[in-house]
Amino acid sequence: MAAASAPRGCGATSFQRKAAAGSRLAAVAGTRPSVRHGQLLLSSGLPSLDCVLGGGIAVGTLLLIEEDTYGLYSNLLFKYFLAEGVVCGHDLFVASAKEHPDSILKELPAPLLGDTYRNELREETTAVKSEEFQDAMKIAWRYQNLPKVEASPTTSTKFGHYYDVSKRMSPELFQSIKQHRFYLPEELSSQPEMKTWNMNSAYARLLQSIQRIIYQEGFDGSDPQKKQKTILRIGIQSLGSMMWGDDVCSSDTPEDAHSLTKFLYVLRGLLRKSLSACIITVPAHLIQNKAIMERVTNLSDTVVGLESFIGSERETNPLYKDYHGLVHVHQIPRLNSLICDVSDTKDLAFRLKRKLFTIERLHLPPDLSDTVSRASKQDLAESAKLLSSGCGAMAIGKKHLDF
Amino acid sequence: MSPGVGGCEGGMAGKFTLLRDTRTDGSFLVHHFLSFYLRAGCKVCFVALLQSFSHYNIVAQKLGVSLAAAKERGQLVFLEGLRSCLDLLFGEEEEQPGQPNPLQFISGSTSDLRALFDFVRTSLTPSDSDSWKGHVLLVDDLSVLLGLGATPVAVLDFIHYCRVTVCSKLQGNIVVLVHSNEDSEDEENELVVNALCHHSDLILWAEGLATGFCKDIHGQIKIIKRLSLELMGEQDQVQIYQYKIQDKNVTFFARGLSAAVL
Repeated sequence: MAAASAPRGCGATSFQRKAAAGSRLAAVAGTRPSVRHGQLLLSSGLPSLDCVLGGGIAVGTLLLIEEDTYGLYSNLLFKYFLAEGVVCGHDLFVASAKEHPDSILKELPAPLLGDTYRNELREETTAVKSEEFQDAMKIAWRYQNLPKVEASPTTSTKFGHYYDVSKRMSPELFQSIKQHRFYLPEELSSQPEMKTWNMNSAYARLLQSIQRIIYQEGFDGSDPQKKQKTILRIGIQSLGSMMWGDDVCSSDTPEDAHSLTKFLYVLRGLLRKSLSACIITVPAHLIQNKAIMERVTNLSDTVVGLESFIGSERETNPLYKDYHGLVHVHQIPRLNSLICDVSDTKDLAFRLKRKLFTIERLHLPPDLSDTVSRASKQDLAESAKLLSSGCGAMAIGKKHLDF
Repeated sequence: MSPGVGGCEGGMAGKFTLLRDTRTDGSFLVHHFLSFYLRAGCKVCFVALLQSFSHYNIVAQKLGVSLAAAKERGQLVFLEGLRSCLDLLFGEEEEQPGQPNPLQFISGSTSDLRALFDFVRTSLTPSDSDSWKGHVLLVDDLSVLLGLGATPVAVLDFIHYCRVTVCSKLQGNIVVLVHSNEDSEDEENELVVNALCHHSDLILWAEGLATGFCKDIHGQIKIIKRLSLELMGEQDQVQIYQYKIQDKNVTFFARGLSAAVL
């Protein structure tokens, strides 16, 4: 947008650098090619998560989020992913068995847009206004493309935005976005009979619905006439829960242990041959049979687990006082390459500030007071040991070593 | 690759190689064997259940082999599991009885893997005209079949039939990747892995480091040569190396002798 607005504004100078020269590859809004494997990347809507996952989510892959105990933070990530799609103009497909997709879409967080994006909006709405704006900037033409303030969260680029969780996204932003909904209770009543391929019927319906949209809207690239310049973002909430009619959460030896893995395999096939990316949240803590979770992990591309401190003793632990939970990156895909982008740190934590949700490197809080009581210091040291080794066996009898 | 792993394949015919990975991803071994056998002029049937053709093709190009060209000259028969699964479920055309979908068992009409075996057999059956140096079946990865609803017995049957056909009749090789985890609760998978371990002539076991992730050492590989299978009174020969995966190559070194340490 910088390149488009600049020549109109002050064509007199031939001194301007052509911005966005490398935009040939990133022809689809909201994507950028990966340096390592050349695959197009999407933002997850959370730049700090993108950073951990090696730049973003590759098109054609699946991001699996293991829900935290109450599903609060995983829901937030789910909405971030969809909100990023709205801001980038991607098509959305929202599937849920519990909450109605409409209410999920209504509650998306509002984007904190940078100045560049606002400029563009202003130009589109009123040409007069934009001329005034550019007249005013003539003195300092060199700076007109720069954002006015470099406040940390509003360095808005086309890839990855920040969102304000305290506000809801305004409905105007939705207008140009194609939204597809899949609400299981409605679907079950509308179509009585269909092929289920020996699979849970809810999953079979969902697969058929996704396949239909990918085919009809031309995301599979089979029809060159309907060449898509956008991407389908698929979000599926609480897959594998009771609401989907699956019993993997309720019993240790489920009768239907293969439906979920079959579903993921077919979905993987659909994603791989189309311009789409998918986020799925799974209540992993409820799945009794760990074997199923292992298979699910193997069939997903990126797997991220969230562990919130709510209700655990870590909530009051001084070590974690800055954070609301831990992030475990279980798997990062190897795409078109022998290696994968693993970030150097494995100790990650998340926190929810008033407006922003961020993922950051876990670090110990600084010991600021001069007169720290010995007991609390020891507490810290011990919990630090717990953190690093993961076993609490050595923590016994330490309070007598007081010298 | 390294002399340690690269030397393992020399002069072998009719052997079954098991690739096993624990807490890490052993797919680099699959890519190695694929490019190795194609370069050696063998006819390869590759049952690729986990990734798309383009993924394997791009990695193979980095290793100096073109899968598309190999496919064209008939050297490589590639079964793209993800695609044929979609054909099976969403395909409009009705199946001809002569050529069932190799992954027929997903749709639940049969529970055995006969169609998959028939696919392997027909694709590796030598005709009079071809002059390949050997026949190879490569599977990535067998654990997926269990997730798709095949029973462990069906998977072991499939492997048994493949061994009879490929290893015994054609004097070719089979290379199979499985995931395994000692503390896993996936009993079906452990059953398959244990059964295969007993029958394999060579086991390449890639393990993630027990101490966790390390930037310069991606894991260790245990090479187990099953000399005990030959009934000469010898014990299995075990070698252990550590490895680091690079963009186009994998380097192996003795334990604790990583370049980052020395």
